[in-house]
Amino acid sequence: MSLLSFERRYRVRGGTLVGGDLFDFWVGPFYVGFFGVTTIFFSLIGTALILWAAAHGPTWNIWQINIEPPPLQYGLTFAPLMEGGLWQLITICAIGAFVSWALRQAEIGRKLGMGYHIPVAYSVAIFAYISLVVIRPVMLGAWGHGFPYGIFSHLDWVSNVGYQYLHFHYNPAHMIAVSFFFTTTLALSLHGSLILSAVNPQKGESVKGAEHEDTFFRDHIGYSIGALGIHRLGLFLALSAAFWSAICIIISGPFWTRGWPEWWTWWLSLPVWN
Amino acid sequence: MSGFIAKLVTVVTLILTGFAVLGASMSTESAQLGYSGTGMQQVAFKEDLEALVAASQAPPAFPPAASDGPRSSTAYQNVKVLGHLSTGEFTRLMTAITTWVSPVEGCAYCHNTENLASDELYTKVVSRRMIEMTMAINANFKSHVKETGVTCYTCHRGQPVPNQIWFTAPESPYAARLVGDNAEQNQPAALAGMTSLPVDPLTPYLAGSEQIRVISTGALPDGNRASIKQTEWTYGLMMHMSTSLGVNCTYCHNTRSMAEWEQSPPARAVAFHGIRMVRHLNNEYLTPLTSVFPPARRGALGDAPKINCGTCHNGAFKPLLGAQMLKDYKELAAPYVPTATTAAAPPPAEPAPVDPAAAPALGTP
Repeated sequence: MSLLSFERRYRVRGGTLVGGDLFDFWVGPFYVGFFGVTTIFFSLIGTALILWAAAHGPTWNIWQINIEPPPLQYGLTFAPLMEGGLWQLITICAIGAFVSWALRQAEIGRKLGMGYHIPVAYSVAIFAYISLVVIRPVMLGAWGHGFPYGIFSHLDWVSNVGYQYLHFHYNPAHMIAVSFFFTTTLALSLHGSLILSAVNPQKGESVKGAEHEDTFFRDHIGYSIGALGIHRLGLFLALSAAFWSAICIIISGPFWTRGWPEWWTWWLSLPVWN
Repeated sequence: MSGFIAKLVTVVTLILTGFAVLGASMSTESAQLGYSGTGMQQVAFKEDLEALVAASQAPPAFPPAASDGPRSSTAYQNVKVLGHLSTGEFTRLMTAITTWVSPVEGCAYCHNTENLASDELYTKVVSRRMIEMTMAINANFKSHVKETGVTCYTCHRGQPVPNQIWFTAPESPYAARLVGDNAEQNQPAALAGMTSLPVDPLTPYLAGSEQIRVISTGALPDGNRASIKQTEWTYGLMMHMSTSLGVNCTYCHNTRSMAEWEQSPPARAVAFHGIRMVRHLNNEYLTPLTSVFPPARRGALGDAPKINCGTCHNGAFKPLLGAQMLKDYKELAAPYVPTATTAAAPPPAEPAPVDPAAAPALGTP
C-alpha cells in the first residue's frame, strides 16, 4: 500500500472545493472527496459506453475496436448514438473524469498546504486532449474532426490528418513540441542517471549528496542547474511538450489549410535574400 | 474555496472564448472523403474557396454556327485538322480559340494577317498540334477527362502560354562536389509543394516512365528494392499533384496504406490515368514540337515546354470545377475520321450540337 507501517498518517480535514465535509473521507489509502465521486461516476459511465459501442462494432479484437466520431454532416449537433453519438457521450465522460481528477489533486494539495503545481501540470495534458476533441472540432465546425477511439484507428487518424497538411513535420509548432519531447527525455535521463550514480557508490564508498551531483555537472559542462532547478526545468520541458502539441493541432485547419511546407515561404521571402 | 472555483471558471472561459473568436475570424469549410473518424477530409478557408470559384468560371459559349454549306477545307487553304467543319463552324471555333488563348494579341498571334493560310508563324504550327492533342485527349483519355473533356481554355485561361508549364531542370552544379550529389534536394522545390524534396520531380514520371510505386505491401521485407531516394522523388511528384489540385493526400489515399487500392478513394484511379495521359501528351505532342518552338520558349536545356497536373487543374480538384465547356464545342471532342463511303467525296456535315440544350446528356462531372 501507499502507506508504510512506519509512515505517519498525515490526513487533514477540510480544504475541499465543493461538498464541504460530505465526501471528506478516505477509503483505504484513497482520499474520496466530491471530485473522487465524480471521477468514479464519469469513469464507470464512460467505460460502460465504450463497451456498449464496442459491442455494436464488428470485432472484439482489442487492437481493432473502433468508436468513430460523427460524420462531418452533423456539424456541431448531437449525432444519433450509433453514428457518433456514443463518441460524443464518451468524450463528455472522459473530460468529466479528467477534470474531476485534476480538481481532486487540487483538493489534496490544499489539504496538505501545497502549491497547485500537480493539478496545473495535469491540466496541460487535459488541455491537449480537449484541443483534439473539442477546441479544434468546434473551430472547424464539426465534431467529425475529433479522433476516433480505438488503438489502431486513432493511429490511422493521426496519419491521415498529418497528410491533410502534406508534411506535418514542417508544422512549426509540431517542430517545437517534438524538440521539447526529446529535451524532456534528455533532461530526465541526465537527472535520473545522476541521482542513481550518487546513491550507488563504488564498493567501500559512501552515498554521495547534492554537492557531488552539482560538482559532476560543473566539472562536466561548467554548470549545474541544481537540485531544485532540475525539477523546475523538467516541469517546464514536459509541459511545453504537451502545450505545443496542442497548439500544433489547433493551428492545423483553423489557421492553416494548405501543406505545412508552404507555410515556410515567409522565410524564403525575407528581404535579406529575396 | 469559491474564489478558486471562480478563478478557474474565469480562466477556462477566457481561453475558450479566445479560441472561439479566433476560429470565427478564419472560417473554414470541410468535406469528408472517407469513413468517419479516418481523418480523410479536405479543409479549406471559405475565402480561398470563393477565390477558386471566381477564378474557375468558364467563358460563355459562342452561339452555335450552321453546320451546312461549304467545308472549310474547300473554302480555305491549308486547313489540315478542321477541314471537315462548315465555314461557319470553322470561323466560330477560330474566334473562340482567339478569346481563349490570345484575346489581347488577336488572330495575329498565330496568323500572318496578310495570308491566314501561311504556316510561317510557329504559333500556328503549335496551335494545330494542340488542337489535335485536345481532340486526342477527349477521344482517348475518357478514363481521365470523362465526358467533361477539355478545351483550349482548360489550360490557357486567356493566356498564350498556360500558367503552369515546366521544363527539365538542369543538373545541379554541386553534383560533383566533395560532399557528394545532393540528388536535387535540400532547396525549396516549387514543383514539390515548397518541400526540400527533389526540385524536378516531374521529368522521371511525366516525361519518363520511372516506377512511381515504392511502398512495400507487407510488414516484413518482401523484396522491395525501392530506395529512400526513389521514395523522395515519388513524394515530390505527389506533392506536385496535391498542390496542383488544391487537395491533400487523403483525396486519393488512405495513408494507413498508400499502396492499397481497396482502401483508396476512387479519385486515385482517375489520377492514375491522368499520370499516364500527361506522360503520353508530353512525349507525343509537346516534346516533338521542340524544334518548332523558338529558343526563348524552351527551357534551360533546350527542351520544349511540358504539361503537368497543374496545367489543366490550376489549383482545382476538377479543372474549372467541372464546367462543361466541351459540349458546346463538339468539334474538339474527337479527331475527324472520314468514313469509307465519304472519303472521296467532300465530308458531310458532322452532327454538330446546334442547340446546346438538345445535346446528348453528358456524364456528371
